[in-house]
Amino acid sequence: MSKKYIITICDGTGCIQKDNAAIRKILEQQLKEHNLTNDVRVNLSGCLGMCDKGPIVVINPGYTIYGNVTTNDIPEIVEEHIVKGKPLARLAIQEDHLYNRFFRIFGDAKFFGKQMRIALRNCGIIDPENIDDYLSLRGYEALAKVLTDMTPKQVIEEVKLSGLRGRGGAGFPTGVKWQITARAGSPNSPRSASDEKYVICNADEGDPGAFMDRSAIEGDPHTVLEGMIIGGYAIGAKQGIVYIRAEYPLAVRRLEKAIADAREHGFLGKNILGSDFSFDIDIRLGAGAFVCGEETALIRSIEGGRGMPRPRPPYPSVEGLFGKPTLINNVETWANIPVVILDSGKWFSTVGTERSKGTKVFALAGMVVNTGLIEVPMGTTLREIIYDIGGGIPNNKEFKAVQTGGPSGGCLPAKYLDTPVDYESLAKAGSIMGSGGMIVIDHDSCMVDIAKYFLEFTQNESCGKCTPCREGTKRMLDILIKITEGKGEMYDIENLERLGNMIKKASLCGLGQSAPNPVLSTILNFREEYEEHVKDKKCRAGVCKQLLTYEITDKCVGCGACKKVCPVVAITGTTKAKHIIDQNKCIKCGACFSKCKFDAIIKK
Amino acid sequence: MDEKVTITINGKPYRVDLDQTIMEAADSCGYHIPRLCYHPKLSIEGACRVCIVEVEGMKNYIASCAYPLFDGMKIHTNTKEIRQARRDIVELLLDNHPEDCHVCERDGNCELQRLAYAMGIRHRHFAGERKHYHKDLSSTSVIRDPDKCILCGRCVRMCTEIQGVNALGQANRGFNTVVMPAYDMPFAESVCTTCGQCINVCPTASFVEKNHTQELFAKLNDDSLVKVAQIAPSVRAAIGEGFGLPPGKNMEGQTVAALRKLGFNYVFDTQFSADLTILEEASEFLERVQEKGKLPMITSCSSAWMKYMEQFYPDLIENISTCKSPMSMGSAIIKTHFAEQIKVDPKNIVSVAIMCCTAKKYEARRPELMVNGMQATDIVAVTREIVWMIKSAGIDFLNIKPEEFDSPMGMSSGAGTIFGVTGGVMEAALRTAYELYTGETLVDIELSSIRGFDGIKVGSITMDGKEIRVAVANGLGNAHNLLEIVRKDPERYHFIEIMGCPGGCIGGGGQPYAAANSIPLDTGCLKARAEALYSNDRKKTIRRSHDNPEIQRLYKEFLGRPLSKKSHELLHTHYKPHEPRGIASRKIRAI
Repeated sequence: MSKKYIITICDGTGCIQKDNAAIRKILEQQLKEHNLTNDVRVNLSGCLGMCDKGPIVVINPGYTIYGNVTTNDIPEIVEEHIVKGKPLARLAIQEDHLYNRFFRIFGDAKFFGKQMRIALRNCGIIDPENIDDYLSLRGYEALAKVLTDMTPKQVIEEVKLSGLRGRGGAGFPTGVKWQITARAGSPNSPRSASDEKYVICNADEGDPGAFMDRSAIEGDPHTVLEGMIIGGYAIGAKQGIVYIRAEYPLAVRRLEKAIADAREHGFLGKNILGSDFSFDIDIRLGAGAFVCGEETALIRSIEGGRGMPRPRPPYPSVEGLFGKPTLINNVETWANIPVVILDSGKWFSTVGTERSKGTKVFALAGMVVNTGLIEVPMGTTLREIIYDIGGGIPNNKEFKAVQTGGPSGGCLPAKYLDTPVDYESLAKAGSIMGSGGMIVIDHDSCMVDIAKYFLEFTQNESCGKCTPCREGTKRMLDILIKITEGKGEMYDIENLERLGNMIKKASLCGLGQSAPNPVLSTILNFREEYEEHVKDKKCRAGVCKQLLTYEITDKCVGCGACKKVCPVVAITGTTKAKHIIDQNKCIKCGACFSKCKFDAIIKK
Repeated sequence: MDEKVTITINGKPYRVDLDQTIMEAADSCGYHIPRLCYHPKLSIEGACRVCIVEVEGMKNYIASCAYPLFDGMKIHTNTKEIRQARRDIVELLLDNHPEDCHVCERDGNCELQRLAYAMGIRHRHFAGERKHYHKDLSSTSVIRDPDKCILCGRCVRMCTEIQGVNALGQANRGFNTVVMPAYDMPFAESVCTTCGQCINVCPTASFVEKNHTQELFAKLNDDSLVKVAQIAPSVRAAIGEGFGLPPGKNMEGQTVAALRKLGFNYVFDTQFSADLTILEEASEFLERVQEKGKLPMITSCSSAWMKYMEQFYPDLIENISTCKSPMSMGSAIIKTHFAEQIKVDPKNIVSVAIMCCTAKKYEARRPELMVNGMQATDIVAVTREIVWMIKSAGIDFLNIKPEEFDSPMGMSSGAGTIFGVTGGVMEAALRTAYELYTGETLVDIELSSIRGFDGIKVGSITMDGKEIRVAVANGLGNAHNLLEIVRKDPERYHFIEIMGCPGGCIGGGGQPYAAANSIPLDTGCLKARAEALYSNDRKKTIRRSHDNPEIQRLYKEFLGRPLSKKSHELLHTHYKPHEPRGIASRKIRAI
């Protein structure tokens, strides 16, 4: 039955938090009251990426996107938009940024034209819990093509041709990895003689502030499964495992449903689609250790051990899960696979730069107007991402740095804004692509403090196995704390660099090898801030508490409000006379600063 | 595979076997790359990063213990950068390590200390927060001191891979990483079998034995007491190492003399009690064979093995020999028959066992082994403790005149001697069982099939046309593998010997630490210690336990015959299941 309108409610984690369930309830109630249930279909979709404007409601046709919708707005929306056919300007998101374009592209039905969303192509469009939605958008067609028309070798060749590289961070060519795993265990590879192999999806997304994998699975779990099944076919595996953190209950639930639906439809299990290829997928929950994103630690965790990395070689492609050849790829990598197969590796390789093909998903966060999930072609510049897609820095503040690659990445200052995002360019600038975290920093942030924050994270998440990472990052952190407390010496900066470079080169796994990056890159690009902390005992951003002084200026009217709020009785003064802060007593809590109505208290 | 490749180390070309790591190749070319977490008998951890080298074309330093060779590899082991990085790494370890070397048990014998010295570290660089934990003193045998732990993971790997006990694991993350039993349970409540192998492999003093030297000194100074010592076979084969001698010097006479000088009134030989054990055990075995008792019979001398069995193989309790260990048999005789002989109230006798074994400290306290309401063995001191005591008493051990054991428990057969080596109990038992069963003397008494250091050894002997199949396991991980076979196929063997420690008692958890230039539990060292006992056996005129005249006299005067009522009362016991908390069933992976 044809419907006049389709109303899509975003059902991503952000919108769920903002109670989209209540909106749906009221909406359905309203439609019933207006007797519109036959004319309007209400859909749920995965994350649309506009998390800061949630809850999101999209009405089609017309691609009207409503943001910050409350239950009180629903009667108005139904009355005006559905009944009278007049979109509600008050709530509609008007800016012409990615999201709108994204919908127009889809409206044009140029499915694989010049759009930017490949991995997230269905997120926000389909109901992730409904396999029919996925099927209607060419879902599992790539799998069918592979099983009927292609040999495993041809599949690998196609992936190699696409130029797709691992999206987990290291950027290893995916096709090459597949080829190595496919060859492992065959008679010309002596290491393991078994024909048992595994396919793993690494969904242990651990970077603070990153939600790429989570949204991809929540929004479109089937594409990940389809990618894995194709991978299993290519390398000759029978079992796939999705390793996902237990902190992602929604993603886990949708994945479970997707697996069950896929089994029911014959995409998983024995003799898939009538072929002689059998493959199944299980889920393993991780307990949230950052290091379990490292492939050997992840494998150890699946095996039931403590998630600690082991030296490589042998690589998992040769000796992985339970000692068997194992193909392990990140969620986003898997999500790209059906597109590579359906639209050819050749087409895929036309997107992006010379050495980095396709698109990359980023979780844009920090001091930027539009925070959220974006997918851009490789080679897009940081400036385009931050200013065009992200809408620039809020409150007309100035850009200071952008941190890419999560806690393992570096901080790039304004001079690198025109760096294209691809593996090599970011590395050359002193950062990394990583799995796609991108945090924008303005001048209210202290770079020493930022470095300290990330190092604290990696130190806490270090598995504790190798000395440089366990002990070295701790000593670096000690030094950074010393500097932010105004107790630093100039040799401390040299020690940071020396230790940092040693840790990078001597650590066992990627976590340790990249842990010093935030520190080293801030020293490289913002050395003067470090020196100010050390020499002048000053924090220009006013973040490092110990280096702050609060002073009362002549604007003081002597109201006494500051005196009352001071927890340590550091402020003295009589009524209607200028008050004074005793610097020896002051603990720099800032209570007086926030309390003063006359801007008479200043931070120095 | 003996494919060869050409590599260069520090600019010099070498032709080496392909199938090895950088470290192994460097060793064979005369470069000893500094190392810490590496142990040749354990899996590769790659944790300490001390053994890093530079390989041309590689961005990062490479842990040489873990990286395989390739043809044309250009390795640099000693560049300025590598030396500095290595030094930084060792400094980092030191910066989180207590500065108490001069009062540390491993002072002068600590791998970290040696490494720091060799790296030229003469001061500390990055002083900062240092970890602090409480010592775990709960165990009867092993003290765990996480403050001294450098997280090399050797103990964890030993406990898991070789011993199959899995009592230890890393917990927490980052700077707070610590090695502990599951759920931070006290050691005493964990599945720890008190074997002490963690002590053997620990490079620092994070694991040490529970020290009973002060208690022992106090007793030795008490004139109202009669102090009786017994010395385990493998102590004499290793004690010299504590005084700087190479492994394998038999110091029996010197040890006896030194103990007398320390103040012991009587010095007896556990080898005598071993002969006694053999008579009981061989008789028990034959009884089970002839009366269709539970087979295979499994030996019960090893204390760590007994705890392991109670925890993980309670279903095999009926298969365990009811014989007490030689130590406990000896102590039982000391507190009864010997006390009568010297007309001293057994309460005034202090029975001290000088053992190679930390688990004996646990065994001594077992209620099942009490004799007439008394603890039979009052104090157990391990080889290392006795070494200190001898040193602190100012006894010139190396130049002392050797002395003989006291009578009546000083004479032993060669069979009693080889108790200290894996396979020795079985060999000794068969020497006696054969004769008891057939009435003929076993001529070819050296059973080569069950000698050596393979994890599991099997052999057979024919007695009056009946084939007796035997198996021997050393190390608890191997015991596990053997017992899994027994669980599936109980008929396969008739008699099984199990020793908890690798190599048997000679590799016990109380033996002297490895010397400066050697590796803990090095096979060469174990072989030398074993040879000291085997050669002692060969030199003896009496090589079968039942030929020992003092044993014969003991039966005649006191016990009557093997398995008599008196024997059962004093020399036999029964064990109970002791399933550890929270563990219903377990499986360890093949080692």
